[in-house]
Amino acid sequence: MSAAADPQAKFRYVLRLGDLSLVLGQRLGEWVGHAPALEEDLGLANIALDLIGQARLLLSYAGEIEGCGRSEDDIAYLRGQGEYLNAVLAEQPNGDFGQTIVRQVLIDAFQTELYERLAASTDERLAAIAAKSVKETRYHLRYSGSWLVRLGDGTEKSHALTQAALERLWPYTVELFAEDDLDRAMADCGLAPRLAEVHAAWDARLDDLLSLATLKRPGDRAHSWHGKRGRHSEHLGYLLAEMQHLQRTFPGARW
Amino acid sequence: MDDNRSWPLYEVFVRARGGLDHKHVGSLHAADERMAIEHARDLYTRRQEGVSIWVVPSKAITASDPGETESLFEPARDKIYRHPTFYDIPDEVKTL
Repeated sequence: MSAAADPQAKFRYVLRLGDLSLVLGQRLGEWVGHAPALEEDLGLANIALDLIGQARLLLSYAGEIEGCGRSEDDIAYLRGQGEYLNAVLAEQPNGDFGQTIVRQVLIDAFQTELYERLAASTDERLAAIAAKSVKETRYHLRYSGSWLVRLGDGTEKSHALTQAALERLWPYTVELFAEDDLDRAMADCGLAPRLAEVHAAWDARLDDLLSLATLKRPGDRAHSWHGKRGRHSEHLGYLLAEMQHLQRTFPGARW
Repeated sequence: MDDNRSWPLYEVFVRARGGLDHKHVGSLHAADERMAIEHARDLYTRRQEGVSIWVVPSKAITASDPGETESLFEPARDKIYRHPTFYDIPDEVKTL
C-alpha cells in the first residue's frame, strides 16, 4: 500500500468500470420488445437497468474525481467513442439469444469476481458501490449461467450455436484481464484488486459452468483489443450514435 | 411437457413480509421450477413486493367447477348462525 491514487488515473479507472456497465446495459436494452418470451424480455430489461444503475453511480463518481463539474449525463452522452474506456467485449452485438447469453456470462462472472474484491477497496466510495453492485451481478450470473447450461446442454442446435458464440467471444475476454500500467497503479495503492487474482477466480467459475453446459473451453489467443484505452471495435460507434442521438440533437433536453 | 414448443404455466405466490401468507399474484411460463422462480422474481418482485416466492405448476391445481357454484356455495348463504356473532365478548379480550 502506498500513497493515494493520482486523481487522473483514478478517474480513468472508474470510467473503465462505469463504461463496461453502461455499454453492456445499453446493448441488453436492445432486446426489449424482441426477446424470445415476455418473461425473458423483462428479465433482460431488469439486468439492463441494474447495469445502467451501476453506471450512474460510477460515472457520477468519476465526474466528482475529475472536478470539472461534469455530471453523469455529460459523461455518458457527450463523450466520443475514443473517450469510452470499456473493454470491447461489452460492445459486441447481441447476435442471437445464445450469443447474448455467452457475452453476459463472461462479463457477469468478471464483474462478480471484481466487485467482491473491490468491496474491500481503500477507496470508501468505490467499496460501497461495489458492495451494492455485487448483489446485482450475482443474480445476473445466476440468470445467464442457468441459460448457458440450458442452451449448451440443450438440443444439438442450441449446443452448436452456443459453442459457436463462445468461440467468437472468448478472444475478447483476454482484454478484461490484461493488466496495464493503470490497473497496476490502482492495485498498488489498494484501490483495486490484482487482475491476476480476479482472473484465477473467473477461470474456476467458467470451468465449472462450461462443464455443466457440456461446452468446450476455447483456447486462449493473443489479443489486440484496447477498448480500455479507448480503441474500440467498429460496433461501439453505432451504439453510441443511438444512445446519444437525443442529447446531441437537442442539447440539454429533459423530460 | 405435453407440448414441447411452449413452456408450461406456473402460478406464483409471493409473501410480502415475514409473518404474512403467500398470496397469489399471477402466473407465468417457464421451462422448469428454477426458471419459474427467476421469472417470478423478475416479473413480480421488481418493486420490492416480496421476501419469498412459491411457484406451483398450474396443472397441479384442481379448481372448483364454476358450473357447480350454486350447489357448492349457495347452501351456506342462509346459515348465518355459523358466524360467531352471538357471543358477548368480555372487555378484557382485546383481540379476537
